[in-house]
Parts: sequence; C-alpha cells; structure tokens
Amino acid sequence: MSNPSATAHHGRVLRVALPIIVLALILFAWEAIVRIGNIPPYVLPAPSLILQTLIADGPLLWHSLLVTLLTTIEGFLLAAIGGVGLAVMFNQFRLLEYSLYPYAVILQVTPIVAVAPLLLIYLPQPLAVLACAWIVAFFPVLANTTLGLNSTDRNLADLFALYGASRGQVLWNLKLPAALPYILGGLRIAGGLSLIGAVVAEIAAGSAGAGSGLAYRIAEAGYRLNIPRMFAALLLLAVAGIVIFYALSLVNYLALRRWHESALEQER
Amino acid sequence: MPAPASPSIVALHGVGKTFPNGTTALAGLELDVRQGEFLSLLGPSGCGKSTALRIIAGLSEPSAGSVTWPQQADAGNGGHRIGFVFQEPTLMPWTTVFNNVLLPLKLKHVARDQAAASVAAALDRVGLQKFSDAYPRELSGGMRMRVSIARALVTEPDLLLMDEPFAALDEITRFKLNNDLLEVWQALRTTVVFVTHSVFESVFLSNRIVVMAARPGRVFAELAIDAPYPRDQNFRTSAEYAGLCRRTSDALAQAMAAGG
Repeated sequence: MSNPSATAHHGRVLRVALPIIVLALILFAWEAIVRIGNIPPYVLPAPSLILQTLIADGPLLWHSLLVTLLTTIEGFLLAAIGGVGLAVMFNQFRLLEYSLYPYAVILQVTPIVAVAPLLLIYLPQPLAVLACAWIVAFFPVLANTTLGLNSTDRNLADLFALYGASRGQVLWNLKLPAALPYILGGLRIAGGLSLIGAVVAEIAAGSAGAGSGLAYRIAEAGYRLNIPRMFAALLLLAVAGIVIFYALSLVNYLALRRWHESALEQER
Repeated sequence: MPAPASPSIVALHGVGKTFPNGTTALAGLELDVRQGEFLSLLGPSGCGKSTALRIIAGLSEPSAGSVTWPQQADAGNGGHRIGFVFQEPTLMPWTTVFNNVLLPLKLKHVARDQAAASVAAALDRVGLQKFSDAYPRELSGGMRMRVSIARALVTEPDLLLMDEPFAALDEITRFKLNNDLLEVWQALRTTVVFVTHSVFESVFLSNRIVVMAARPGRVFAELAIDAPYPRDQNFRTSAEYAGLCRRTSDALAQAMAAGG
C-alpha cells in the first residue's frame, strides 16, 4: 500500500530536483565545451567566468538592477491601478467603454520597441522608460478585469437586485470579488510584461547614451564586447523576472486559497 | 391550516410573458397566493413556472396583465419582503457562510449587531450555526442549500419564493430538506410559493398545488392537499399520500397532453 501523502511529497521533491539536475548538466556541458574547445570569452564565456564577473561587477550591476526593478514596480503599480480603474469605469459607463476601448487596443497591439524611441524624444528618459513599462503591462489588467467584471453569476446579480442593492453595492460586494481571480491573473501577466517594457525602453534609450538600468548595462557591455558582463546582467534580469512571477503567484494563492478552484489543494 | 378564505398576499391577473426572441412563456396566467399557505407550482419544463416566480419577485416584468399586492399599504415594513431561493445555492464563494447570510441585511444597511443576531437565528433554524465561518465550497450540496434558505429567511420575509431548490440534490438529502422546510414553515408561518417538477415533493409539502401546462404557460388545474400537518415519514409512506400523488400525477399527465 502506498501512502498518498508520501506520493505527493515525492512528486514535489521531483518537481524541484529535476530542473536543478537539468541545470547542473547544462552548466557542466557548457563549461566543458568552452574549456575543451578553448573558446575565447568574447565568443562564449564559461559559466564560471560569468559567476566571477557577477561578483566582480556586483556593485555596478546591483545598482542597475535596483534602477530597473524600481521602474518595473512603478510601471506595474500604475498599470494595476490604471487597468483596474479603467475597467471599472468601462463597466459602469458603457459610453466611455465604447469611446476608449479601441485606443486601449491600439496601445496594446503597437509593438513597444517601435514606440519607445518616440517616447524618448518627447519625455525625459526616466519618464519614457516608465511609460513603456506601463503601456505593456496595462492592457492585460484592463482586459482581464473587464472579463472578470462581466463574469458575475446571474443568479447572484438577481439576488442583489431583489434586495434593492445600489450600483455601488453591486460593484463592491459582487462584481469586484467575483472578478478578483481574473484581476490577479492579469496582474501576474502584467508583472512580467512590466519588466519587459522597462528593458525595451532602456535598450532604446541606451543607444542614445543615457541611463543606468540593467538593460542599459547589457547594451553598453555589448558595444564593448564585454560578453561575460552581458551574460551576468542577463542572469540578473531572468532572476528578477522569476522573483516577480512567484511573488505575484504567492499573492494570488493567499487571496484565493479559501474559495477559488485555481488555488485549492488537490487533495479534498 | 389556512382556510381558502385567507387574505390574498399577491395576485397575478392575466399575466403574460413574451421574451424578446418571441417565445411566449406565459399567457393569461391567473394566480392568487394566500396568506400563510404553502403553494406549489407543478408542471413540465417550459411551462413558465419559474418565469411566474421571477415575475412575482419583480425580477422580470410581465408583458401583459398585472401583479397586485393587496396588503402592501398596511404592511408597515416599507413594502412586501420577499425571500428567494434559486435552483442552485447561489452563494458568494469568496466569503463565509456568515457573510453570505448577512448579505440581504448588509444591502439594507441593517446595524451590524442586530444583523449578527438575525444571521445567527437564521443559521440556527437550518441547523448550521456551527458552520458560520466555513466557506461555501467546504460544505456539501445539501448544506449549501440550507445556507441559501437561511439567507432567504434572514429578512423574515412575508413571502418565500423557491425555484426548484432541491432538484439537484440526491433523494436522501432532498427528503431531509423537505422535512426541515416544513418545520421551518410551520414555525414561521411564512407564505411559500414552491416551484417543482416533482409530484411527490409537491404533494408532501403543499396545502395547494397549481398544475401548469406549457405552450403557452398557463394554469391547468388546482388541487387542494388537505392532509394535516405536521407531515413526516409516516405521511410519506401512507395510503393517503399515495392516493394524493396519483391524483396529482393524473392532473400533470393531462396538463402535459394539453400542452402538447
């Protein structure tokens, strides 16, 4: 007889252990290929050299990481407030939705890489980078919140009508709680996109020669053929992305674990 | 038991309902709900019984005819109070049983202390006082329906409207809830309009059964169920119950033939 909780535990261990083993194998092969093939660091740096660079350039890269993260978080927060706020306005005032929704879509479908240089012309650089982070992160929040606000149980809506609920009461006690899983889903997407927006704008600004974010470091290191530093900065960006994703997943889990299918334990 | 002479609480005169897609759900519906009675609307699906219930609740406007509340003027409670129980429990999954039952009072801005006492009383009535802090999905289907009934009772409604509330439950749970519902009804003397497509359920519960026919939805027959309350397991297995079920079943069969 197999113990089900032991099996579940076993599954969790594998889910953590297997990716780590894969990573170790790849790093080992990478290191071996670079050493055996005598590949110069400006073509492909070995993982050990990337780690050394990360430590040596630590203070510089750390400062740049904070700059990029700050922009990302600001862009994310503005996107969260703007996206949820606008979706609520759209939901309450149909005419506003008809008037503005197409432009929200245009904002989304226009590639941010193409918009960034223009923004850099019209706005001071930090503001332009922030605007890029906001533009890409904003739409998923808007779209998901809109979907969530329109997904309320019709019988519950009838119940609210029966008890003479005001529009405000329906919004606050019914629509927003019902939309919460959708909003959190949108925020999870927005977190990653906000980082992408910030990076794209920094790269665009980097070629103009100003800035200190992590993406700017990558662009700068590229011009100098400092490939190990490019990898080190890239590694930090990836880690930042992962942290953002899991932090938002945690928020999602904490908010929904008591009631929503998506966050429940499998065992019942 | 309420005599036929009990005053009317709500009356439907010549009520018709045609949906925007052209379906006629109801035509010329005459229905008089009397104070204190347990009235079942029995009929095949598509006979408009749920639509009639929604019209009484004010959730749907009749396209013809009128709905009158004779006692509205002297109710003294700011109009008629209605409780509604849907086919599904229709609970807010994101909050506790307590907050679900509290909802009608919260929407009416009842003071928190007073409301908490009412919620406790309503939960006590359906035997769920211990589950106040549970979330709906931690409860069984039958318990969720009890929460839904507690929520409908919390405003002490004059009229309780129930739209096939037990249709999705298993038979054991259903019998139990039928028994408990009758107990609540006898204790509170609330007027109940109960929509069902089960002959057995309608006979067990009601003073009066209105059999409806479809296409278009209308009243086909009316049966008085004179068996005395309290009704319990003995009644459910009695010859009297079987006879009443047969009569009702015959009426339903004729209604379905007529509604062809």
